[in-house]
Amino acid sequence: MYRLTIRTRAGNATTIAVALLILIGLALPAVAPRSAIQDLFFILTMLTLAQLWNLLAGYGGLISVGQQAFVGIGAYAMFAGVILLGWNPVVAILFGGLAAFLLAIPFAYLAFRLQGAYFAIGTWVLAEVTRLLVAQWKTLGGGTGTSLPREATSAILGTDTIRALFGVRDAAARDILAYWLALVLVVAVTGGIYWLLRSRLGLALAAVRDNVDAAGSVGVDTGRLKWAVFLIAAVATGLTGGLVFMQTARISPDAAFALTDWTAYVIFIVVIGGIGTIEGPVIGVLVLFALRAALADYGSWYLMTLGVLAIAVMLFAPKGLWGLISARTGLHLFPVRRRLTGPKIEGGN
Amino acid sequence: MLLETRGLTASYGQFRALFGVDVTIAAGECVAIIGANGAGKSTLMRAITGILRNEPGMVLHKGEPIGALSPAAIMQRGIAMVPEGRRLFPSLSVEENLLIGGQMRKVAGPWSLEAVYDLFPILKERRRSPGTALSGGQQQMVAIGRALMSNPELLLCDEISLGLAPVVIRDIYAALPKIRAGGAAMVVVEQDIGKALSVADRVYCMMEGRVTLAAPAAAVTRAAIHAAYFGEAA
Amino acid sequence: MIWLDTLVQGVLLGGLYALFAAGLSLVFGIMRLVNLAHGDLIVFAAYLILVGVTMLGLSPLVALIVAAPVMFGVGWLLQSLVLNRVLGKDILPPLLVTFGLSVTLQNGLLETFSADSRRIPAGTLEGASIDLGLVTVGVMPLLTFLSAVAVIVGLNALFYRTALGRAFRATSDDAVVAGLMGIEPKRVFAVATGLAMAVVTVAALYLGMRANFDPSIGPARLIYAFEAVIIGGLGSLWGTLAGGVIIGVAQTVGAAINPEWQILAGHIAFLVVLLVKPRGLFPRAVD
Repeated sequence: MYRLTIRTRAGNATTIAVALLILIGLALPAVAPRSAIQDLFFILTMLTLAQLWNLLAGYGGLISVGQQAFVGIGAYAMFAGVILLGWNPVVAILFGGLAAFLLAIPFAYLAFRLQGAYFAIGTWVLAEVTRLLVAQWKTLGGGTGTSLPREATSAILGTDTIRALFGVRDAAARDILAYWLALVLVVAVTGGIYWLLRSRLGLALAAVRDNVDAAGSVGVDTGRLKWAVFLIAAVATGLTGGLVFMQTARISPDAAFALTDWTAYVIFIVVIGGIGTIEGPVIGVLVLFALRAALADYGSWYLMTLGVLAIAVMLFAPKGLWGLISARTGLHLFPVRRRLTGPKIEGGN
Repeated sequence: MLLETRGLTASYGQFRALFGVDVTIAAGECVAIIGANGAGKSTLMRAITGILRNEPGMVLHKGEPIGALSPAAIMQRGIAMVPEGRRLFPSLSVEENLLIGGQMRKVAGPWSLEAVYDLFPILKERRRSPGTALSGGQQQMVAIGRALMSNPELLLCDEISLGLAPVVIRDIYAALPKIRAGGAAMVVVEQDIGKALSVADRVYCMMEGRVTLAAPAAAVTRAAIHAAYFGEAA
Repeated sequence: MIWLDTLVQGVLLGGLYALFAAGLSLVFGIMRLVNLAHGDLIVFAAYLILVGVTMLGLSPLVALIVAAPVMFGVGWLLQSLVLNRVLGKDILPPLLVTFGLSVTLQNGLLETFSADSRRIPAGTLEGASIDLGLVTVGVMPLLTFLSAVAVIVGLNALFYRTALGRAFRATSDDAVVAGLMGIEPKRVFAVATGLAMAVVTVAALYLGMRANFDPSIGPARLIYAFEAVIIGGLGSLWGTLAGGVIIGVAQTVGAAINPEWQILAGHIAFLVVLLVKPRGLFPRAVD
């Protein structure tokens, strides 16, 4: 009569709504202006990074302040693939994922020697080291950076078809392609994380988050779990980095390894939206975008507002905006929690 | 009344550990609280000392509500505790462990570093050692001395014989009358009924979070304790 | 001879890093809190001193004496109003709050003082040097190093010879039992963070007098401080000084080989120590 289930009614409705949204998203470039596509590209890539950071910190308990290392290495590997090996940029993005994977192995090996809070600064140091090393790479412009050659940007896989399909210029076609890829990436990453959390791995992660020692004693290999989560997040972050810099077509160590752009914003998205939920980063990225639009002309006030907002959320609503909504309404759009269902228990003691 | 609990309740999350406990402790008297493991004795101590916070009126000190005060504020009113498991500070030497007991409440009274060393002479010899380098019995002496250093009006001793050899327990209990002579009221929480009754004026027995017996120590019978302890007719 | 000179410069630079690190080490030792805004608070204190010197016309030393209690107050308030509320078993909330503070502070300074490089004028001390026979050392680096030693001697005396230090150590060991001793752990934490900020002010004075600074340099100072603490081993202030010296020497040696390698060489030295001795060079026996 009783069984463990993850399903909720809202969860089933979400599946249909998400499928519809993806279809609309794919068709959008036919009607939306180029600036809207660029904004959406920003939202989707930030959401991808936020979901990945949330996987690390919110589910894995690994608070990394060094994810910009994987954005940067992914971007640089993509540039290396195009400029040095003559690959098509879309293919070179995959190379970015591979490079992030290779970097993540020594990175995690060193960072995992530091416990808890020190892990956070350790990742920061490692990201700095990566940036300083890449800045020594003279063929890719050293400290000043470089651009993708014109012949590469105009011949990106699929842009010809897009140009013909929508009747747009080169640059706009590249934006549309980047947007589609970002859409694919965010769906794959979010879907992948959702699947991960509902699998045995998710159960193990929840056990580790609640109590490392106890999880270890019931047979969860906490060390391997941390490695798995870290490597998965690194690869996908590297892919995102490659994609972002394919769209901008210009790279420098300071931009590709920017703490503010690739880690600070991402942390604020997750914290403000609600850490440890799939819905949280979605809300968070919308808040970030709204604030960016409202405060675009006020420079540093934008970041100050985000910082203060994040502090206030941690103090007064640690589960973020989604936590507030969820507590009010009991809504779980992406249920990952196992609940016991069955006939209602009457009476008792 | 020096200390009084009124309908005291306490929980750990969902788990209710105390159900309306009423106890009183008069100035200068010694009260034993006995009961099996898990009866709620230590929870009662944690509630009185403020480690578990309560409704203000559930714990009264000289008639004033203290149930919602912090452990530090309650200690400064003259209620000191020897915690279960001794819990000395590992980074502090024996002497520093004693000194820290008195540094936040400086009142005149019978107890000082010298007086504690007179009570437990071995501690003077070991005063430079780290507190946790001592034997279990000596650590218990430090824990008792540490609580005395503030010259409390009420001394709460939580399971002071737990895990110690009988000969060591005898030494510790031999010190209790000398401590009483200093004038402080005492609460002795014990699983060892004989030890508890040997020093107490009155005894409370607890079971499953409730007081099941309250009687003068001299008048209590084996049968009554048995019933209160195990919850069955003797 | 040039190598001896490089070595001495590196050791003296290490004094500055030890000053950055002492406050971080103090706070972590007592409440297991890592303040990601530590570097930005150093920069904030440097601006505070700068305002005292340039706008109020104080000498740098007097400005320090005025700024240190102000920074103590800042630390005390920060801990009582914000950090005490998020301290607990979960390390995530305090880390995220201090990260938010770091970004807020950096951008607040940027808004107030602009991105221009500034320097605290040090009068005749600037560029003054002493000939020690084999090497010539700058007065400012020497003063920095001596101040670091003085701060560490002072903090150790406070820790091991005073009632407050006893309360610090007891609270760090077991905050619940410290409460039973009449100590309010949250008040102890507030004093500790205040003290760390007073030390930060000393670090800020030298940061600002030795070189140019701007609002963006805080995070790098946090990283140097962190590296010094980890190399030295948690809980040992002399270890932290040794850690600072190792970073300083690695940086000056790296810079002597190739100016672009200065910062990188310091980080590499840290990673090598992390690889070989993950608990640092002088780990505390009890943890």
